[in-house]
Amino acid sequence: MTALHVLATGPLVTVQDRGRHGLAHLGVARAGALDAPAAALANRLAGNDADAAVLEAVLGGLELRAEDGGCWVAVTGAGRDHARAEWLAAGATLRVETPTSGVCSYVAVAGGIAVPPVLGSRSTDTLAWVGPPRVEAGTVLPVGEPHGQPRPLDAPRPPRRGPLRVRVGPRADWFADDAIERLCATSYAVAADSNRIGLRLDGPSIPRIRTDELPSEGMVLGAVQVPPDGVPIVFLADHPPTGGYPVLAVVEEDDLWQCAQLRPGEAVRFTPARPGPARRDSALQLRAGSTD
Amino acid sequence: MHLHPVGRSAVLAEVRDAVQALDLATWARSTGVDAGEVVPAARTVLFDGVADPAALRDLLAGWSPSGRPPEGERVEVPVVYDGPDLGFVADAWGTDVAGVVTRHSEVEYVAAFCGFAPGFSYLSGLPADLAVPRLEAPRARVEPGSVGLAGTWCGVYPTASPGGWRLLGRTAVTLWDPTRDRPALLAPGTRVRFVPR
Repeated sequence: MTALHVLATGPLVTVQDRGRHGLAHLGVARAGALDAPAAALANRLAGNDADAAVLEAVLGGLELRAEDGGCWVAVTGAGRDHARAEWLAAGATLRVETPTSGVCSYVAVAGGIAVPPVLGSRSTDTLAWVGPPRVEAGTVLPVGEPHGQPRPLDAPRPPRRGPLRVRVGPRADWFADDAIERLCATSYAVAADSNRIGLRLDGPSIPRIRTDELPSEGMVLGAVQVPPDGVPIVFLADHPPTGGYPVLAVVEEDDLWQCAQLRPGEAVRFTPARPGPARRDSALQLRAGSTD
Repeated sequence: MHLHPVGRSAVLAEVRDAVQALDLATWARSTGVDAGEVVPAARTVLFDGVADPAALRDLLAGWSPSGRPPEGERVEVPVVYDGPDLGFVADAWGTDVAGVVTRHSEVEYVAAFCGFAPGFSYLSGLPADLAVPRLEAPRARVEPGSVGLAGTWCGVYPTASPGGWRLLGRTAVTLWDPTRDRPALLAPGTRVRFVPR
């Protein structure tokens, strides 16, 4: 059976799928690909179903060699507008270069990365390190049996980079009445210590009007949490399932992929989400992907 | 009960305390609530991955606190009481080390919710007059199995981590094992007794 021998990695390479669901009450983070649409596109191109595990590479630097047979691969994400499936012959090497823009690249292989699942998922959670170990040079990754045809083409993701749309709450009453206006009027800069747990920002603080301690409560993906220094953090895939700082607003899930591709120093803006039914682009993509 | 919307697909239900939160979470699960995650915490239950928040609000309106203690599984945790903060806790409780062991082990705790780390349960049951403050500066490393107190919460560290709880002792029991059917030994609702060894 085909395997992928990891020759080199960049700053962080992990195995990710759509995450570990239903275990937040045990303190287990969801994890999963940070740029979920890019990971889904890679899987579609490689002929996989939507639950197949892919590799997520932060700032490239990943080199893989196919062993014991060739395989179809597809690389998407950072800086790649026109991805397609490629045949990686046995013994050939795939290089994911450091991207010139964006952060996270995704490598799907036909059949999926077949490391043993942990609690129903192959995603690595970098908060508590639940799931497969991080991928290092020398790792040999098993590849599953392909059961779909690779696709030569796929509609590229519509370019809809823009301000992160937020819905107010649940703890907006811990802040001044104009807190959302302040949040949405500010151009924040992505901070260098951003990671899979959260997008950290540099910018003016949002003052609280309550200074007591919030008892720990459940946190959602995309929560805009405001710690005591007043500078918001957007919770991403590996966020702790509970937290003790008030959440001013929640970023729409359809916009979170952008947080995977923002580099330190780049500008981030927020904007109020329009009321009414949610945009359905990602759901359409998933449905399109499930027709294989 | 107060309901806060959280984004487009989650609702945070605010109740009186951790006991009510566990009661609500248990009740909601028993009704087959349509939510991907049901996360009780200190004073809230988060319902996440909810397709129809309006229907969830209607459902939750039908809950009233049962007033009954939880009927979760009973677990005994053997403890060697040799922790570094026994003396501090003894002073705080106006007793000696033997008195701390007796008072700590005579309570039946209930796992109210998990947080901080996979399988780390916040155990309720310690009376309010036995509350102790956290360490002013957390220890850089607390060994797995360490049994500690913070406020009126009791907890057992499932894995090595930094920690600021007052440590009473340690257990050899495995709190967290993702390969088990029940990965967290002390899942919410579990009733817990500590047995001195």
